[in-house]
Amino acid sequence: MAAASDSAILTVDGVTVRFPTPEGAITAVEDVSFAVAPGEFLSIIGPSGCGKSTLFNVIGGLLTTHQGTVRVAGEIISGPHQSIGMVFQEESTFPWRTVGDNVAFPLELVGMPKRKRIERARRFIAMVGLAGFENRYPGELSGGMRQRVSLARTLASEPKILLMDEPFAALDEQTRLLLGDKVLQIQQQLQQTTLLITHNITEAVQMSDRILVMTYRPGRVKRIVDIDLPRPRDSEILGSEAFGRYVAQIWNDLREEASRGMKDEESHARDHEASA
Amino acid sequence: MSKPVVRHRFPLVRLGPTATGIVTVGLGLAAAEITIRADWINRFIVPPPSEVAVGIARIVLEEHIGRRFLLTAGECLVAGLMIAVLGVAAGVLIHRFRLLRRATETWVAAWAAAPVVLAYPLFMVIFGRNAWTIIMIGFVAALPPVILKTIEGLSTTRKVLVDVGRSFNLTGAQQFRKILFPAALPTIFVGVRLGLIFALINIVGVEFLINSGGLGQLINDLAERYDLAGTYAAIFFVVLVSVAFFVILERIERWLRPID
Ligand SMILES: Nc1ncnc2c1ncn2[C@@H]1O[C@H](COP(=O)(O)OP(=O)(O)OP(=O)(O)O)[C@@H](O)[C@H]1O
Ligand SMILES: [Mg+2]
Repeated sequence: MAAASDSAILTVDGVTVRFPTPEGAITAVEDVSFAVAPGEFLSIIGPSGCGKSTLFNVIGGLLTTHQGTVRVAGEIISGPHQSIGMVFQEESTFPWRTVGDNVAFPLELVGMPKRKRIERARRFIAMVGLAGFENRYPGELSGGMRQRVSLARTLASEPKILLMDEPFAALDEQTRLLLGDKVLQIQQQLQQTTLLITHNITEAVQMSDRILVMTYRPGRVKRIVDIDLPRPRDSEILGSEAFGRYVAQIWNDLREEASRGMKDEESHARDHEASA
Repeated sequence: MSKPVVRHRFPLVRLGPTATGIVTVGLGLAAAEITIRADWINRFIVPPPSEVAVGIARIVLEEHIGRRFLLTAGECLVAGLMIAVLGVAAGVLIHRFRLLRRATETWVAAWAAAPVVLAYPLFMVIFGRNAWTIIMIGFVAALPPVILKTIEGLSTTRKVLVDVGRSFNLTGAQQFRKILFPAALPTIFVGVRLGLIFALINIVGVEFLINSGGLGQLINDLAERYDLAGTYAAIFFVVLVSVAFFVILERIERWLRPID
């Protein structure tokens, strides 16, 4: 284990996050530890409200009120780290910039000359399958296309670690599958270290080298599952027996947590009714 | 498979909003003409539109309307530039400093409702009986909506956009220049547009009150001569100023922010 974390590019060690609320502090994330190797694809899966976005914000350096440490290549981070590129769950393109200028945004920040950054942005726009849309505005695109623009914008900063919080959650099933393929293809092509937060089991199994399953309230690591399936993984693998076994195993783990989550929320609702 | 082009049955709708607008105004004027000529409305209170049209021709020829129009429009333009620069700056400052914001926001809202134009004697004492008095009254009256809308635009920027900026390690100044301000711009424009309307109303009002300057003074003169057709004709030119500014602003906005 020590050797593994020595070579790790990202190490999360004993991260705990508590939020103060009127009814007392709630523990959103408790003692979460794991490490990600260079080039690895790790998914974090868990029921709604288990602390995935909280963990995303801690690793991205946007939330700093946590206990424990996050290290990038051994260095403890205390804020947003340039090696980490984030893709958010919500729509996050800049509506006042064209697709080209959206994607060139991180290049503009490092002072790259205009012609060069347009050239560079073009490459990432093509990578997410939006070639020809450089001069359009996000308002003229569909939701799935906008999410691809966000992805291209983050990729353009060439982060060592790509960190994504349910980037496809708001999309329909077909778009989601196609985008998933795209991400997987890009990840393989760039050998991109990727951390994907999701609550879609099939998606997680299809893409990941490992899957971290979280518990509900407090959000802890329930299990880390190695996905031992050959790559490249095309849609054929979705029907294979091994694939089905992984899905069933993770669903088993998740069902417990998800139903605990549901009960929790129901009893909350009842308390509310009782007090009302 | 080519879809058949859907054509609207009513040519009015097909010709678009411009035609609809013109026809609506035309119908309104015709209705006024008829009701006044039929003596349902007293023509000494509301002159028939045809007389106003003649009045327009008359005041163009006799009352230096071009010079007056430019004077009022120019005062409006100066006041408009001042609210755009100083109003937005004030909004940014108030948004930036929480204490300042809590201390002043209610006052600014109250000021928006204040009939600033009634303070014209005070302005005359400070600036004299000249264009500056008029401009400053327009400016002071028009400031609140610009400040309030600037604050609103900046503070309602979606959190995820701010987070994107943070994830790219933007400095405070970059965060403002590259994210907060462009995100707030459409709302700020609403404020400037409202402000210009406030400014125009107050500028014409004070010209009328102190009987000095452009269109407002002309309205005062014509009303005193009981030239009602001329008065309405002059009011038509006030509307024209407002339309001109509206069109210019729309152009600027398109240029700054092509599409949402
Ligand atoms: N700023 C905050 N203040 C108080 N409580 C919070 C805050 N942010 C999150 N929480 C709580 O922490 C828990 C975890 O929230 P989080 O957003 O991380 O869940 P999630 O796993 O991302 O859920 P989802 O899948 O629905 O996005 C939730 O119970 C939530 O109510
Ligand atoms: Mg979430």
